Amino acid sequence: MSQSTSNFAYAMPASITDTVSLLSQASSNGVRCQVLAGGTDLLVQLRSVDPDPRTIVDIKSVPEVSRVEVSNSERGVFIGGAVSAATMTHHEGLKAILPGLVEAAYLIGSTQIQGRATLVGNLCNASPAGDTIPALITNQAVCEIHGPRGARSLPVEDFVVGVQKNALEAGEFVVGVRMPHPSARTADAYLRFIPRTEMDIAVASAGVSVTLDDAGVCSAARVAIGAVAPTALLVPDAADALVGSTLDEASLAAAGRACTAASSPISDKRGTAAYRRKVVAVLCERAAASAAERARAR
Amino acid sequence: MAKTHVSTCINGQDAEFLCSPEQTLLEVLRDTLHLTGTKEGCATGDCGACSVLLDGTLVCACLMLAAEAEGHDVTTIEGIASGNDLHPLQQKFLDHAALQCGVCTPGFIVASKALLDEDPDPDEESIRYWLAGNLCRCTGYDKIVRAVQDAAAELRS
Repeated sequence: MSQSTSNFAYAMPASITDTVSLLSQASSNGVRCQVLAGGTDLLVQLRSVDPDPRTIVDIKSVPEVSRVEVSNSERGVFIGGAVSAATMTHHEGLKAILPGLVEAAYLIGSTQIQGRATLVGNLCNASPAGDTIPALITNQAVCEIHGPRGARSLPVEDFVVGVQKNALEAGEFVVGVRMPHPSARTADAYLRFIPRTEMDIAVASAGVSVTLDDAGVCSAARVAIGAVAPTALLVPDAADALVGSTLDEASLAAAGRACTAASSPISDKRGTAAYRRKVVAVLCERAAASAAERARAR
Repeated sequence: MAKTHVSTCINGQDAEFLCSPEQTLLEVLRDTLHLTGTKEGCATGDCGACSVLLDGTLVCACLMLAAEAEGHDVTTIEGIASGNDLHPLQQKFLDHAALQCGVCTPGFIVASKALLDEDPDPDEESIRYWLAGNLCRCTGYDKIVRAVQDAAAELRS
């Protein structure tokens, strides 16, 4: 087995089918294989914790993975697996309807990192502090996965299964993520806390999406939190605290408390568990207020 | 080991090279093509010393495989001046003494060019955020920010 995995190789398949067959063949031959999109996590891992040889499968020549589709139909919004954070932050159509998701992409690393790093790569890397994951969950995003047994879909909250673990099986890769086009008077926001202003990893984070009715009452909401548990979490209790309210101070505070209750953070150099539990509530309240303001303006 | 053949365009000229699958663009630029203006600082995407433009987008050459450059345009610090005429950013870095040891400077110039290509009149806050991925241990950044502002003013005039 070690013989067959002793060399690096680089492959650039031009279709979903070719990608799946490369990944499947490698897997059945016991050859280690890894998908390359932006590479900003993969190349750092190669340099540090995990330098072992493998076949690198660059998916950027697969036409579907470079696509951004914004449709008002049931197809909704599709963001391909190789779409970079920089592409998202320059995409006026996305910014107009998913400002919170674009904010999350804009928070990843530096300008240089955003030039390569992809939304789906941030998701697949499955860091507890990954900025785009709560924002994707908030927007009901679903992973479109292709593999040897065909295509399947998996909601983002079920795709991330542990610290740096995702639900992909052998031979599978994520072609992109799809989410509903937000209806009128619906908007999202994402906030994270870091000890400085740039270039750091979330201590805690919260994404909120709200829908308002004509009277300004919240008729639907989704709340997701990051960096306060092994995976980003959907917090239905926080959403319940918002629905039926005018997003007044009391309901925002109740949503914040629900986020604290759902958290099971660790203490590390970025913050203690107690601090994270407190801060995640504040972030939820502020993100909800920001999402509400945007929803009123839509 | 099988080498990958890559055809690319570097600083406006067609360039071809052979690389190993795991070689980074930074390694090929420096060791194969001898374009040593691009520096290796951290080699993990934290310091920005290896900043280059890929089809006009600012990236770290250390976080790209050389094979990924196939069919793309790469601009390095060597492609910023016009012959012997320094780019205004280069001249303003000199005028404002925006460098001491100089290892970070190619990265700062390339990153600043990407900023000014996108926003000809950035305010100080925008400059500082844009350049947050470029580390300098000598200058304390103020002179760099002033040099970028001055270069932007000259390019606008």
